[in-house]
Amino acid sequence: MSFINYLSREINCKIVYYGPGLCGKTTNLQYIYNRTNPDAKGKMISLATETERTLFFDFLPLEIGEIRGFKTRFHLYTVPGQVFYDASRKLILKGVDGVVFVADSQMLRAEANSESMDNLRTNLAEQGYNLDTIPYVIQYNKRDMPNISPTEELRQMLNTGDVPDFNAVATTGEGVFETLKSVAKLVLTELKRGAAR
Amino acid sequence: MASPQMVMYEEEFAQVQAVTNRLVQDANARVVFVVDKNGQLISASGDTGDLDTTSLASLTAGTIAATGGIAQLLREQEFATQYHEGVRQNVHIQVVSGRVILVVIFDNRTSLGLVRLRVKRATENLTRIFEMVMAKTQDPFRSSPFSEITDDDIDNLFND
Repeated sequence: MSFINYLSREINCKIVYYGPGLCGKTTNLQYIYNRTNPDAKGKMISLATETERTLFFDFLPLEIGEIRGFKTRFHLYTVPGQVFYDASRKLILKGVDGVVFVADSQMLRAEANSESMDNLRTNLAEQGYNLDTIPYVIQYNKRDMPNISPTEELRQMLNTGDVPDFNAVATTGEGVFETLKSVAKLVLTELKRGAAR
Repeated sequence: MASPQMVMYEEEFAQVQAVTNRLVQDANARVVFVVDKNGQLISASGDTGDLDTTSLASLTAGTIAATGGIAQLLREQEFATQYHEGVRQNVHIQVVSGRVILVVIFDNRTSLGLVRLRVKRATENLTRIFEMVMAKTQDPFRSSPFSEITDDDIDNLFND
């Protein structure tokens, strides 16, 4: 749910990075945080366990520029990927404007990707959203690892809706900003479409 | 879409700010802020100089969301009021009309009793204001800033 403030002339939107455990959601945010001009970002908050696994969420506020005199801000969140944190994942999806599904390209994680995608669809539906209509992109991460599935195979398995998708290596930043720009653009386009209704 | 977007116009924003400014004074609080349940900061009053209000807003909404989840599991209604007691500072959190969160940060210059009393009145005022905000937001005849925005404007935002 976007928030528009006429007095401070700001538009705020919420993007959630979803995906199975250890697929690189936090790494995406860390890369964005490290490579963004200090004026354009707030502090990155990570609610993680002692072993650096996300416990509740990561949060990064990001300003991407002005559009017709309105400062456009995106609040980026990740969810905890581990299966047993499902209650937390549902909470973080509340008020979401756009979703990035981060898939782990390693063959061994194929089932985890599918399970997480099903879980995303179910949890969105519980909040009244439909994965087929919400602004949504897919990232095939860890393309630098051995034993990865070909992109086309991942696409067939995960991208049934033919949404924008990107190969990525979040540790080096490959594909990270492309993914973010794509979902941000979809969110703004959807808001524009909503205003025209 | 599941929850409608919230649009804050100047008039209501000034009213919310007036309520939070007054609460800072009446409760002798350090900081008062209002956050949307989705973590967006709406307004802040008081000594906000060195505070990261954006992060505070997101974390407060996370706290409310988490306790809301606990309430659901216990088949309880939402825990509308929370209090965190620190060594030097305390935080009082109140859900207003199920939609926004009123947060008061205070120290030993005041008391929990006074904060609670003043929060009660502020909550009533904010409830009234946010009912107006939502009515205006859902008014189909009001234009959104997005109705003016073109595809080119969006493309330009992402040109390096």
